[in-house]
Amino acid sequence: MSEFVFLYRGGESGRSPERAQQMMQKWMAWLKELGANGHIKDQGQPLERTGKLVRGKQKTVTDGPFAESKDVVGGYTLIEARDLAQAVELSKGCPIFEVDGAVEIRPVMKMNM
Amino acid sequence: MNLDEHLFRRESGRIVATLTRIFGVHNLTLAEDVTQDAFCRALEVWKFRGVPENPSAWLMATAKNRALDVLRRERTARTFAPELGRLLESEWTLAPAVQEQFEPNAIKDDQLRMMFSCCHPRLAEEAQVALILHILCGFSVDEIASAFVSGHAAIEKRITRAKKVLAGSKRLFDISGSDDFAQRLQAVHRALYLLFNEGYHSASPESAVRAELCREAMRLTNLLLEHPFAATPATHALASLICFDAARLPARVDASGQLSSLFDQDRSRWDSQLVDEGQKHLDLSATGPELTEYHVEAAIAWVHAMAHRTEDTDWARIVSLYDTLMTVRPSPVVALNRAIAIAQRDGPQRGLQEIHAIADHDRLATYPFYHAALGEFEFRSGRHQNAREHFQAALALARNSMERRFLDQRVTACQRGVANDSDRMM
Repeated sequence: MSEFVFLYRGGESGRSPERAQQMMQKWMAWLKELGANGHIKDQGQPLERTGKLVRGKQKTVTDGPFAESKDVVGGYTLIEARDLAQAVELSKGCPIFEVDGAVEIRPVMKMNM
Repeated sequence: MNLDEHLFRRESGRIVATLTRIFGVHNLTLAEDVTQDAFCRALEVWKFRGVPENPSAWLMATAKNRALDVLRRERTARTFAPELGRLLESEWTLAPAVQEQFEPNAIKDDQLRMMFSCCHPRLAEEAQVALILHILCGFSVDEIASAFVSGHAAIEKRITRAKKVLAGSKRLFDISGSDDFAQRLQAVHRALYLLFNEGYHSASPESAVRAELCREAMRLTNLLLEHPFAATPATHALASLICFDAARLPARVDASGQLSSLFDQDRSRWDSQLVDEGQKHLDLSATGPELTEYHVEAAIAWVHAMAHRTEDTDWARIVSLYDTLMTVRPSPVVALNRAIAIAQRDGPQRGLQEIHAIADHDRLATYPFYHAALGEFEFRSGRHQNAREHFQAALALARNSMERRFLDQRVTACQRGVANDSDRMM
């Protein structure tokens, strides 16, 4: 088993309360299923959409992130899968695709390589 | 933990109403944005960490904290509710003043203020209903359009214009017994009545939407009943009517998903608890001198509720109640219902006479059940050919698949009748 990070990018949350609730319930169902199949190492956390960016030798502090709002990372999950191909398959059930979002899948580097 | 199916929608109305009270009605859009923001946070956080112990309280607390942020950030740039005025200006009074607005009783009153404000005399009745659904019931434009079987653009325009009128009124309606309270309460009754009917008779093919509209009308009527000035005999009459009608909802569609008329319904599926509730409100409605259309309609619904079989119905009593309704609130549809009751009492021929005698029956020309009633009486009089023509006219006007299927079956029954007639002639 290898580990992968799912980074959830963008995704319009929908204007109506009913849609927001349906969306949330879909997310919970999806994460629950991944967990039940032993694919979740760490469910992860939601991230605020704004923060600070510190960079350069001067350690300049600006409002961040730089990304366009459709690319901002809104949360992450640590996944266990056989290989990258399986991780990609697992990500396809994510409800974020219904609202124009994306899942970025990044393998966690192994120590013994 | 399990989440109530429409929690977000219901909480949305409570939060917008409370925030509008704090920010002032001219900042309605801000109140909606802050509410929206609270739901976005709930969506983001709950999907990872699960639904909190008390989801409503979580949402309210989030909205309250957001409101405090906005008030602190923008108090020099914006003016907020004139009623709260200076309390919001000083850090000493800000938090306690906002906290007070989030107490359960204050939230109830805020919803009432909003309900009365939505029934602004400058707005047409259908705009008032759409506004109540949107702001107090948390329905999106699309959801309202689907319930009203109307286009997105038309509903959006109606709501945008209505919000402008609402935001343009100086302040939220005063529910502590102002001079125009009684008059505005009438408008509120009418809007809730229309909201309920929209659900009960809705042309929307989705039965879940219809049930939800009826439930919202009941919830808002119950809010009126909890307020000392709003709990008038007329409000009880409206509540009674809603309970009796809602009691029949489970039987309106039969086991195979077909629309079932009052005459054919399986009455054992009526909700007896709602019938009892309706009766309780009917008693309470009889305490004043005022006789409203809700009193009369509730009484008619009560007579139906008391008949365990269609043939036990006291039609004479129903006819006389329709006579009264024609004096309280005459309309071609009421006249049509009266004619149907007369046909039940005196036979189809009398029913046909009554329909033809309706003063402005041309206004019923686009109403499918006008043609269906004519078809039914012709059918019962044995004139199957005429009946078929009327049912075909009704079918052409049907507003949804359930009505179409229902009328389609009547057309088929007429055809069978016509075939039998010609067999007999040969």
